[in-house]
Amino acid sequence: MGFWSFLIIFCFLSFYIHWYGTTKALKINEDITKGSKLPSLPSYYGTYSLLWLLLPSSIILICWFFFKPYIIDIFLKESIPLNLVDNFKGNPSMLIDTIKATNPEKIFPGTNPLIIDSAAYYQTLTTNSDSYVFLLVLVVGLISSLVSLRKVSTFFRARQAVEKANINLLIFCSVIAIITTIGIVFSLIFEAVRFFERVPFFDFLFGLAWSPQTAIREDQIASQGSFGAIPIFTGTLLITLVAMAVAIPVGLLSAIYLAEYARPTVRKTFKPILEILAGVPTVVYGFFAAITVGPFLKDFVSSLGLSMASESALAAGGVMGIMIIPFISSLSDDVITSVPTSLRDGSYAMGATKSETIKKVILPAALPGIVGAILLAISRAIGETMIVVMAAGIAANLTANPLEAVTTVTVQIVTLLVGDQEFDSAKTLAAFALGITLFFVTLLLNLYALKIVQKYRERYE
Amino acid sequence: MKETVKIKSKKLNVFYGEKKALSNINLEIPERKVTSLIGPSGCGKSTFLRCLNRMNDSIEICKVEGQIFVDEQNIYEKNLDPVLLRARIGMVFQKPNPFPKSIFENVAYGPKIHGLANSGDELNNLVEVSLKKAGLYDEVKDRIDEPGTSLSGGQQQRLCIARAIAVSPEVILMDEPCSALDPIATAKIEELIDELSKNYTIVIVTHSMQQAARVSNQTAFFHMGSLIEVGKTEDVFSMPKEKKTQDYITGKIG
Ligand SMILES: Nc1ncnc2c1ncn2[C@@H]1O[C@H](COP(=O)(O)OP(=O)(O)OP(=O)(O)O)[C@@H](O)[C@H]1O
Ligand SMILES: [Mg+2]
Repeated sequence: MGFWSFLIIFCFLSFYIHWYGTTKALKINEDITKGSKLPSLPSYYGTYSLLWLLLPSSIILICWFFFKPYIIDIFLKESIPLNLVDNFKGNPSMLIDTIKATNPEKIFPGTNPLIIDSAAYYQTLTTNSDSYVFLLVLVVGLISSLVSLRKVSTFFRARQAVEKANINLLIFCSVIAIITTIGIVFSLIFEAVRFFERVPFFDFLFGLAWSPQTAIREDQIASQGSFGAIPIFTGTLLITLVAMAVAIPVGLLSAIYLAEYARPTVRKTFKPILEILAGVPTVVYGFFAAITVGPFLKDFVSSLGLSMASESALAAGGVMGIMIIPFISSLSDDVITSVPTSLRDGSYAMGATKSETIKKVILPAALPGIVGAILLAISRAIGETMIVVMAAGIAANLTANPLEAVTTVTVQIVTLLVGDQEFDSAKTLAAFALGITLFFVTLLLNLYALKIVQKYRERYE
Repeated sequence: MKETVKIKSKKLNVFYGEKKALSNINLEIPERKVTSLIGPSGCGKSTFLRCLNRMNDSIEICKVEGQIFVDEQNIYEKNLDPVLLRARIGMVFQKPNPFPKSIFENVAYGPKIHGLANSGDELNNLVEVSLKKAGLYDEVKDRIDEPGTSLSGGQQQRLCIARAIAVSPEVILMDEPCSALDPIATAKIEELIDELSKNYTIVIVTHSMQQAARVSNQTAFFHMGSLIEVGKTEDVFSMPKEKKTQDYITGKIG
């Protein structure tokens, strides 16, 4: 049985089971001799039996999806003739890979006929096993749904059972999301641990020099590579600081204007525009920074008699700040407008002016929310890559001068992983170490931000 | 002894957009007395009250015609600064609205923005006196730096009264100050109003006829945006001149 015919039969079966369950319930309801009616609507009994079709089927299919390669491997290994194993140069697992990679219809001349046989066997094994599993799914599903229908009686509340199944489905989906995230983190940790086997943890965290070029071949003349991440961390910090120096004042002041002074019509037009700005792809900001802002700043700074690299933390950070403005202003605007009117009225009734009210009542009341917005914006800035690649360079300079080129964690991850790679060199693994550091820093920032925002919510609700 | 008139409204009309909320209100409010405004919901009591300290300015669609005199000065005159006016006419709201600051900072808020205290000691003193006047001092003296929002509803309302009297206003406007409070807290506030009326002119909106009868010297009855009757509280309640007033206080309309 092929996949498509299975799918069609399965759909038919589903409809049939649902219909069958419903009619069975209807019949019981009509049967006056039974005395009382079923406690739930008939269609719930249909849905209930349908669930008993879907549940075992999906369990079998999911298990098959995960275990198929292993099961097939076992069968394949059993079937390989002994003399083929003996003749094959290389280890047995390579033999299996070769068999799997051979297409019995398009063979290279001179291929061992035993391998061709095994390959053909492998192909039939794959298709046949699928058919058997599909058949199994249909039979098991049918039986379990029919058995479930025996439960239909005046004592059984199908509606509650369906409700429970719904809840479990929702829980299942959210668990999948969480498990995926955890999986990503673990794979990061796993690779990072391999990195720290090569480079000591403290050398990485506190080392002052970053030049990740290691020799790819044994005979290559190259430096050992050094993996001190401090220049990268300071670079990230510097760019983030520049970005925040732009984004916080502008974002906050425009939020105050929008929330407190702008007429409703102005607010209604400006806020969506700001939010659209937040959706501009960062590459666009990146070339804006590299092509327009960078050279402009360079000319300006050299007219002041200072020297500046054409790639600089200032240009990248500045443009990143512009990118983040809508982020801060939109969130802060929400926070400021949600400060209750009664507080404003209270302040005005005391004879305070508008700006006094904003400074002394509204901003303090909104402060936790604003801080939350700023922290979220910071974690955004730390994670930003494109602008920095394009405008701040990839040289890991240890400097606090925003006029020089610096690099950030994300940019280094990109440069480490782009191009020809060897997957267990320290150079490649360093990307995972940086990644896990980035992950934890942004995680902590976000947790802290969420906590603050929550506290703020509690105060007024 | 003739009562001095503190506030006088003359031919006051108020509109919210097209809708007329108050029409032709002529009302005199005597100094250092308690005047209560009663009437069914939506009749314009709050609107009238908010006209007296120009809080309606912040509502864009609200338009005020006519005059209101405070001490013979028209507060709707063009060059009058509403901010200064509000320092003279304090207001307490229906729902207690302490600022999210400490108890001390709540009371010190007004004096600070108006520069009423020249030194820290003076400010401390002013806060203490205001809290005492509001009958809250003994309950909060040990926790003066805790947030005002941590107090109970009744305490919060008295904190708002303390905040209002800290700037020594001449008039205190109260819009249903007890509607969110239990009977004991209400009794405390009523006592306080009685006490405060020795020094301040008080205008209070209330839905409770008993409260109006207990605390006020003068009662004004509003109905559908008009002032129906005003007079000494005893007179209004015992022998109302208008049929509508009679119906309202006996519970026939409302
Ligand atoms: N901000 C506003 N915008 C538009 N109309 C308003 C506004 N405030 C009040 N009104 C209208 O003005 C009329 C008087 O309202 P007001 O709040 O003064 O009544 P009230 O006597 O205080 O009622 P309550 O006893 O329920 O507080 C009502 O019809 C109300 O709908
Ligand atoms: Mg009202």
